[in-house]
Amino acid sequence: MSLKGKKAVLLGAAAAMMGSCIATFGAQAAEPVKIGLITTLSTGAGYLGDDTRKGFELAISEQGGKLGGADINLIVEDDGLKPETARQIATRMIESEHVDLMTGIVFSNVAMAVVPKVVRDGIIYVSTNAGPSLLAGAKCDANYFNAAYQNDNIHEAMGQYVQDQGYKKVYLLAPNYPAGKDAMSGFKRFYKGDIVDEVYTKLGQTDYAAEIASLRAAKPDAVFFFYPGGMGINFIKQYAQAGLKDEIPLFGPAFSADEHMVDAVGEAAEGMKNSSLWSPDMDNEASKKFVASYVAKYGAKPSQYSMQAYDAANLIGSAIAAVGGDMSKKDEFRTALKKADFTSVRGNFKFGNNNHPIQDFYIREVVADPDGGFTNKLVGKVFSDHVDAYASECKM
Amino acid sequence: MLLFLEQLLNGLQFGVTLLLMASGLTLIFGIMNLINLAHGSLFMVGAYVGATAIAHGSGFFLGLLAGIAAAAITGMAMEFVIMRRLYRRDHLDQVLATFGLILFFNEMVSIIWGRQPVAMNTPDFLSGTVELIPGAPYPAFRLAVIVTGIVVTGLLYFLVMKTRIGMWIRAGASNREMIGALGVNISLLYTVLFGFGAALAGLAGVMAAPFSAVQSGMGENILILTFVVIVIGGIGSIRGAVAGALLIGLTDTLGRVYIPDLMRLWLPPSVADGAGASLASMMIYILMAVVLAFRPRGLFQTHG
Repeated sequence: MSLKGKKAVLLGAAAAMMGSCIATFGAQAAEPVKIGLITTLSTGAGYLGDDTRKGFELAISEQGGKLGGADINLIVEDDGLKPETARQIATRMIESEHVDLMTGIVFSNVAMAVVPKVVRDGIIYVSTNAGPSLLAGAKCDANYFNAAYQNDNIHEAMGQYVQDQGYKKVYLLAPNYPAGKDAMSGFKRFYKGDIVDEVYTKLGQTDYAAEIASLRAAKPDAVFFFYPGGMGINFIKQYAQAGLKDEIPLFGPAFSADEHMVDAVGEAAEGMKNSSLWSPDMDNEASKKFVASYVAKYGAKPSQYSMQAYDAANLIGSAIAAVGGDMSKKDEFRTALKKADFTSVRGNFKFGNNNHPIQDFYIREVVADPDGGFTNKLVGKVFSDHVDAYASECKM
Repeated sequence: MLLFLEQLLNGLQFGVTLLLMASGLTLIFGIMNLINLAHGSLFMVGAYVGATAIAHGSGFFLGLLAGIAAAAITGMAMEFVIMRRLYRRDHLDQVLATFGLILFFNEMVSIIWGRQPVAMNTPDFLSGTVELIPGAPYPAFRLAVIVTGIVVTGLLYFLVMKTRIGMWIRAGASNREMIGALGVNISLLYTVLFGFGAALAGLAGVMAAPFSAVQSGMGENILILTFVVIVIGGIGSIRGAVAGALLIGLTDTLGRVYIPDLMRLWLPPSVADGAGASLASMMIYILMAVVLAFRPRGLFQTHG
């Protein structure tokens, strides 16, 4: 008897035992659901994909190697932050590994190279992070679900907050690539005051001395910056070293202050406000349980990337349960995904017409953590049930 | 005007960091005729070890020494185990092997320290600002980098121009066979020299750590610029490294600041910002092309 056969018998036996109480799961959980997770595990941004993988794997291990009652065969691959690599991996996953579902990409430029192809091939893709505007609007697709956000959302929340706080003159900085421009347009959609200057720097730049000197000379009331990962660490450190930390407050999206960055930057980030859809101290049962089990398993606090991957895995699990692990029921699976019948650690979560979340957005502040190091603390809510700006362009 | 002076200082500081990297690389390149792409990895090793030592309470100066020593030891081990097999191979083999080393070191660092960036703060006594130009407070740590760079370059100049080892180095740069024939222990000289270049990279790494992210792959950005510096300056020339590093530091910094402003004179702001930023990041390569068009062997060529 083949290994698969043995597994099926075992599973069948297990299912039979459980069958009395959970009749719907029945005995068809034989074939494991194959999920392809492409993410960024190398380069300076490798820790983002590492967090994504950890969040996703945590959800699976919490359910004993399953999601929604079905065995999961998770295939993880590194895209090295290269769109063409990711595309090759996706092709292989679809054509020779026959995955049922794909997920995991961190960067929007990588997602744009992969997602349109994947959904065209009839595979469902659930995004754990990247949410480029095109996929939310004109190019939305029934096979594409975003379990994180639409890219502009988090910047929009900060635009609204800085507006509400009454800052009159704001200085903007972002890397010179599509997500940088999206960030700035998201911010400006809700901030109505003066933009003193809008500076685009080279992607991956490490030294910001020149930009900081110009910024100081421009005398803004506040600074909004979108620098994820290493770029942000460099910027925040250098900003504090220039003595500006206490003079001109810094505002950014959560990507400018994720848990690892805040730890690496330390005191220089203290007091910085950032916008997010979640915070590690969020006051709900699901979130507390998630943070505790993440810390227990990995010995570090989860970042927003881990949280989104964890939610995505549980969302997928809810749809797998709805079809009883039978991935051939594609239409039912899609309908079940759209229902989003799972407990999100961020609280409110539902899908809009374009399969993007309608959710709340919050402001966090970087504070000293009683357990040592620094962490994000929730300080307020900006948007409730926020819909992205592109939903109306989606014909679905 | 104040802002311009401040930007000049920024350019100088960036140039000095590049100089620490370039002088080590150009010595190795000039004398051993070895292309070492893994020089940026030694920068990374210096930063990681320095940051780790300081995080464990060694204090700034001990941490600095630890970073330099770790880079030097790693460099010498690298020379002893791998590089000496490559001297007689052609440049393409060296590029391939040392590129492999970059991947090795990046992965090694991820295994030891994890993928998330490591923290290192500025030492307290250098964390403030100094009002060198009235009205434009300048970060004390950046000033310290400038001073260190100038002092180290001075020492290096003295070492190369006025001492016996320096004489061998210069002789080796122009004729490698002859200095071996004169009874100098070339293989020892090479190991020491490699360690010395590595120590300079380690120093640059620790000095860069407080204002940058200490993470896997951090040496690659600076490595590319370092190569531009030695190509512009002239391979193997210390004077060339100095001139090239300052030229690149100033061009890059001033270009980033003033090109988008210049573009706004002709173009609408939304176009100028993007186009200006792109042009600014091309500036150093344009500079390199111009220099090489007129002086194909760099500003200060060493080999006849």
